[in-house]
Amino acid sequence: MKYDNYIKVEFPSKSCNEALARSVVGVFASQMDPTLGELGDVKTAVSEAVTNCVIHAYPDSVGVIRLRCRVLEGDLLEILVRDWGCGIPDVEKARTPLFTTGGEERSGMGFTIMESFMDTLKVRSRPGRGTSVVMTRRLSGKTAEG
Amino acid sequence: MKVITDYSPPNLFIRCVGELDHHTAAETLRRIEQALDRYLPKNCALDFSALTFMDSSGIAVILRAQKRMRETGGSLVLVHPMSQPEKVLSASGIHRFVDIRY
Repeated sequence: MKYDNYIKVEFPSKSCNEALARSVVGVFASQMDPTLGELGDVKTAVSEAVTNCVIHAYPDSVGVIRLRCRVLEGDLLEILVRDWGCGIPDVEKARTPLFTTGGEERSGMGFTIMESFMDTLKVRSRPGRGTSVVMTRRLSGKTAEG
Repeated sequence: MKVITDYSPPNLFIRCVGELDHHTAAETLRRIEQALDRYLPKNCALDFSALTFMDSSGIAVILRAQKRMRETGGSLVLVHPMSQPEKVLSASGIHRFVDIRY
């Protein structure tokens, strides 16, 4: 796919890196002149995706999380969050609102938030091999606010 | 993430300052539950007016705090969420279970 710009970063699946991932995406997306609302939506979705990696992909160890952001044609921001962790046996079930294997500390709303805050969400996963989450969001930008 | 408590019987005011995500949620909940156990307030207000970011981790924190208040016969209200946390509250449907005041 044709892109104008990209960034690729990898970091260990430590919870302190959730805020780092949000910040990286926020700074990268700012070149597209998004509104504060759009920026908040994208950062929220990234926070959910990276948190899933920290909690579910690598439950008993620290693994690698890859974050890639691309600016695609048509003011489209694409975000990939990839891990090489345990994978999701049933992706459809995992995407169901309120479904969680994370116990009382989790709300089971992660994928629901990603879906409602982004335009598209694709999840590919293989048990034992890892998970890729690809999300896109069209950023209309401040100029479109009139 | 800062949790600031102010108790004037029977009301406990808990102000959350900073970003509430998975990394900060456990400690935030611990601080909130500690304050609830210490004061056993009749009413608790969670002030989110200085909470600059929240993801779905915050939903579980709010529901746990509310459950704890109900167990002791009290009530919980969430006050003044900023726009980003408000969108998360709205998308999660938590409005139906939690009293939110703007």
